[in-house]
Amino acid sequence: MDKENLKSVERTAEPPVMEDNGSPAVTASYSQKRLIWKRFLRHKAGVVGGCIVVFLAFSFLFAEFLAPHDISRRYFQYVYLPPQGIHFFSEDGFQLRPFVYGIKSVVSQEDGLKRYYEDTSIKYPIYLFIEGDSYKFLWLFETDIHLIGTGKDNPLFLCGTDRFGRDMFSRLLSGGRVTFTVGLLAICLSLILGTTLGLISGYYGGIVDNLIQRTIELIFAFPSIPILMALSALLPPQWPSYLTFLGIVTVLSFIGWGGLAREIRGKTLAISESDFVLAARVSGAKDRRIIFIHLLPSMFSHIIVISTLAVPGFILHESTLSFLGLGIKPPLTSWGLLLSDAMNLHALSLYPWLLIPGACILVAVLSLNFLGDGIRDAAAPYSTY
Amino acid sequence: MHSYIIRRILHMVPTLILISMASFIVIQLPPGDMLTSKLAKLEEQGELGSESALEQVEVLRERYGLNDPLYVQYFRWIGNIILHLDFGESFTFEMDVIELLSERMGLTLLMTLTTLIFTWVVAIPIGVYSATRPYSIGDYGFTFIGFVGLATPNFLLALVFLFFQVSVFEVQSVGGLLSPEFVGAPWTLAKVRDLMTHIWVPVIVIGASGTASIIRVMRGNLLDVLGQQHIQTGRAKGLREVKVIAKYGVRIAINPLVSRLGLELPSLLSGAVVTGIVLGLPTAGPLFLTALTSQDMYLAGAFLLLSSTFLLVGNLLADIALAWLDPRIRYG
Repeated sequence: MDKENLKSVERTAEPPVMEDNGSPAVTASYSQKRLIWKRFLRHKAGVVGGCIVVFLAFSFLFAEFLAPHDISRRYFQYVYLPPQGIHFFSEDGFQLRPFVYGIKSVVSQEDGLKRYYEDTSIKYPIYLFIEGDSYKFLWLFETDIHLIGTGKDNPLFLCGTDRFGRDMFSRLLSGGRVTFTVGLLAICLSLILGTTLGLISGYYGGIVDNLIQRTIELIFAFPSIPILMALSALLPPQWPSYLTFLGIVTVLSFIGWGGLAREIRGKTLAISESDFVLAARVSGAKDRRIIFIHLLPSMFSHIIVISTLAVPGFILHESTLSFLGLGIKPPLTSWGLLLSDAMNLHALSLYPWLLIPGACILVAVLSLNFLGDGIRDAAAPYSTY
Repeated sequence: MHSYIIRRILHMVPTLILISMASFIVIQLPPGDMLTSKLAKLEEQGELGSESALEQVEVLRERYGLNDPLYVQYFRWIGNIILHLDFGESFTFEMDVIELLSERMGLTLLMTLTTLIFTWVVAIPIGVYSATRPYSIGDYGFTFIGFVGLATPNFLLALVFLFFQVSVFEVQSVGGLLSPEFVGAPWTLAKVRDLMTHIWVPVIVIGASGTASIIRVMRGNLLDVLGQQHIQTGRAKGLREVKVIAKYGVRIAINPLVSRLGLELPSLLSGAVVTGIVLGLPTAGPLFLTALTSQDMYLAGAFLLLSSTFLLVGNLLADIALAWLDPRIRYG
């Protein structure tokens, strides 16, 4: 194997075009995994998106630890408090430990609204690993250590508070966790449904295929948001929060599997024609063996790509449902539900930080889209752009 | 061409029947019926002893045939719709559904179609620009805007619009499709003109993500087409570049867009529903939400049925347009 040759291949901007008989030396030196990884790294937006998604996922996993407050803890003295600024400079000059100022509130005589001012005489230094509200760390053990905080009952509201004086930042972390989990569970459920039905549809054909395809057509005949709203409205209102959560996941997957099933069916039809499946059939392999040993593994990268690309859609749909009051119910919260507080002209004009959950949705969906694009481009390492 | 259209229309009939069944089942599924909520309301008012309230509800139940088996109810429902255009009565508003819904549904569809035209008019020139100058600053800019547009849910964009209207322009009467003096007035030229001055906000909100995706599709299609040999031939024989792009490129690249209408219309309609709710427009969206939360089944069912029928007809028209544009489909 010629090292110089390999390097020159590596250096070219365009990925090498590989033909069936072409340059076996290069293919031999890179494993499939390595090729995919290299190609993914070349997709800059995808890499950035992937980093943001991983960062968000970890923050949501440790939401309670990262959040300074309990999500349902109400600070009645700080209702609709704007986001607090973190300071390094005071009249004493620079200090390394950041701090927030205390809060003075004045109720206006004219409109009866409470307005908040920084009280520069009081400083609350921000400490790491400080005691606060107790919570269960990773659902394992009880603890009250938070990453950041100003001590129990002291204010630290980085994204302001809502109409009950609950800390927005903590609620954003918790809501993000619900939003991401819904997306993840919905894609899992849709994949199970979509892959099974898509495989059956493509492999067996005939009446079953026809039936499944007509069902998908029927689902697609309805506009997505209205039919999702109608199905979510079916969930009994007396259900507890976590059951509604699972219900929403089910509703989303019930509408979402069709697209996946169609893609899987198309891929199955294409692969069923190929020589290795024919060879397996000729050598007497049973249907089950062909499906699970030959078809499914060769579709794996394809499945990963379409599912990554589908997650943002689920997240957007969940946000819309929760926003309209047909989705996640309190005490659980999600970004859409948090944003529904802003659907009020009065609140929107006075408390613009209520729009922060919207920015979160935007960033998360954008990153997921970029990640999906990157994975899609990387999954077919032998094709050109 | 005629046989194609007839075949296509016949193909629609079974889908329509299935849609009507599915709509009916979806609205019938919740436990209890809309009279349960009416019963609760009557009891709450305390005007009637619960005995006589029960009796009254039982009479109503008998009159609307709610004690009949499901399929009997379905056939009565669909029969009335087909024969008399009677969608039943709304229990929440105590009005005929058709009366309640007709103008609002009309406005919703008008909004959807206006948005459709808007997205095409905006997106196709941008797509052409991006494809003819790939990897330029403008192209990257539009691609980025497109990505953001795709990632922004309708309701968020609507909220942002509300926010700017309230805090920057300090307009307090936000939303609405008509000036107060035209609400409920008969349709005149002045009313239409008034509607046009108001409709652009929801149109932009609904159209943002659609525009973004059409730009991407148009750019990709045109890039593919521009790489083909007939373009080279056109250039080689000395045609002006504008003509090469417009007649030899865009003309072909636009076909897949027409076939995408089937994908686009449902999302536009969904957007119209959500945007209508957020901006408080007099469209079918807010009414549908109310109907769902108060189990007003005939109202919700009528909306589901009407909107999916609209989508089917839209698809039909798109297919016919495509067949007209592309002979391979007519004879395929």
